[in-house]
Amino acid sequence: MNLYVLMKRTFDTEEKIFISDGSIQEDGAEFIINPYDEYAIEEAIKIRDAHGGEVTVMTVGTDEAQKQLRTALAMGADKAVLINIEEEIGEGDAFTTARVLTEYLKNKKADLILAGNVTIDGGSGQVGPRVAESLGIVCVSTITKIEINGREVLITRDVEGDTERVKTTLPLLVTCQQGLNDPRYPSLPGIMKAKKKPLEECGLDDLQLEEGDAAPKTKTVEVFMPPQKTAGRILQGELAGQVSELAALLRSEAHVI
Amino acid sequence: MPKKIMAVGEIREGQLRRVSFETIAAAKAAAEGGEVVGVLIGKEAGALAEEMIQYGADRVRTAEDEKLGYYTSDGFASAMMAAVEQEQPDGIFFGHTALGKDLAPKIAAQLDAGLVSDVTALEVRGGEVVFTRPIYAGKAFQKVTVPEGLLLAAIRPNNIEPCTRDRTRSGDVSPLSFPVKDIRVVIEEVIRKSAGSVDLSEAKVIVAGGRGVKSAEGFRPLQELADVMGGAVGASRGACDAGYCDYSLQIGQTGKVVTPDLYIACGISGAIQHLAGMSNSKVIVAVNKDPDAEIFKVADYGIVGDLFQVVPMLTEELKKIKAVSP
Repeated sequence: MNLYVLMKRTFDTEEKIFISDGSIQEDGAEFIINPYDEYAIEEAIKIRDAHGGEVTVMTVGTDEAQKQLRTALAMGADKAVLINIEEEIGEGDAFTTARVLTEYLKNKKADLILAGNVTIDGGSGQVGPRVAESLGIVCVSTITKIEINGREVLITRDVEGDTERVKTTLPLLVTCQQGLNDPRYPSLPGIMKAKKKPLEECGLDDLQLEEGDAAPKTKTVEVFMPPQKTAGRILQGELAGQVSELAALLRSEAHVI
Repeated sequence: MPKKIMAVGEIREGQLRRVSFETIAAAKAAAEGGEVVGVLIGKEAGALAEEMIQYGADRVRTAEDEKLGYYTSDGFASAMMAAVEQEQPDGIFFGHTALGKDLAPKIAAQLDAGLVSDVTALEVRGGEVVFTRPIYAGKAFQKVTVPEGLLLAAIRPNNIEPCTRDRTRSGDVSPLSFPVKDIRVVIEEVIRKSAGSVDLSEAKVIVAGGRGVKSAEGFRPLQELADVMGGAVGASRGACDAGYCDYSLQIGQTGKVVTPDLYIACGISGAIQHLAGMSNSKVIVAVNKDPDAEIFKVADYGIVGDLFQVVPMLTEELKKIKAVSP
């Protein structure tokens, strides 16, 4: 089975966000593999172990993303691809990322492509479905279980709390939801092996794309912090009295009940 | 410049979801006096189209093929593409729901267009639509424009106020005619966990539990409080990881980002990853035994105490209030 995983390097969920000169301050921040992409990597490794084949983890990013690609290799992926478009395009959008990934994948005959269902930074959730559409293959989003029998695929997916069981066939792209699996930690031998696994780097030229082909369609004009929530009132006194006071405040002051 | 914007409605259990009206309101703002064309796909589309008009759509195109009874991306995309071809809009607005998250990027890819997802506000500045959307799960926000081409956006539920319903408004409702393309995904079964209950993303009131709830059973008083208020139950990552509840209830940077009118956090310490998912709620109440819990720093009202005492008392108190003035 020819498996591909679409991955993104993101801020750690524990990081606070700071803005300077109109953009998010990255200095000193910890970076991780986007948590939903970790589910995708884990599932790809499991499927490979059960059905044979090869797992390639891909990302569109800068050289710094090599670290997260190496982590994926240490988890058990076989190969990694870093597409670096920093110089020509800089900050792209979901269209850019999907366009570039599609171009790389179009002749690769992938059987299954796995992606996270959303990133925890940009949060657009567009790249997976866009890539599937551009490759002309089916996309099943927010999956929590996948079984493959030959070319037939049975999937359980989460739809805002409802559970849907669907049947489709390979080739296919899925986006992964929490609950799909428990991603493994890289083992020490895994980390050693990862250093020798192939990590291919390519750019727009290698994909025979012009700048204009992948230029972003959307433009960020401002980044700002939400108004700081300030601590409100801690109610005092006997518990029963606090509860009545709370109910009264919610009605007369906050107007929410 | 006046624009023609399509607003995609959404049917759930035979009714229009509220986000449909919020999407219409957003489309109306972006259209700058142009036309808002509703698009409604699904079994009861024809019957529900009128309501889209009463909430501000100028006319509605419907698609009711029996293959469209349940959402599939292929089925709904073929209806959408027919609507786009026949209407030639300047923009398309979706709800940022499970359906919209699946459908909008697919349509954007087919049209080679930009798409602004998860929009919480919009304004028109000098003829250009400027969208506001959260990044890092609401730890920050960005303003985004689409300088050229089609204007595609997906509107987060609960953030844009719908237009007031005007039952006297009327407009044209016309079915789309098109062949439904091959549907490549067969739906075998749908298990509705949330039957009759309120969806987290659209809930006006959320009662959320953390590790302090201690067990799956411990969520029962929270559910009772949510029921009294017509709200939904959510959870922190801690509670989900501990197996007290399903991951579909998780609120936070991983999980759902919610902005209800009232968020009641019970036994939640307030880890930064949870705060990201809920701190933009309009009013926050925290109940926690630990007076130093981080959650109190974002709460409008706090009670330091045992949730198993406080929550049932609050439920009774609210029942009394509702009985007097519902």
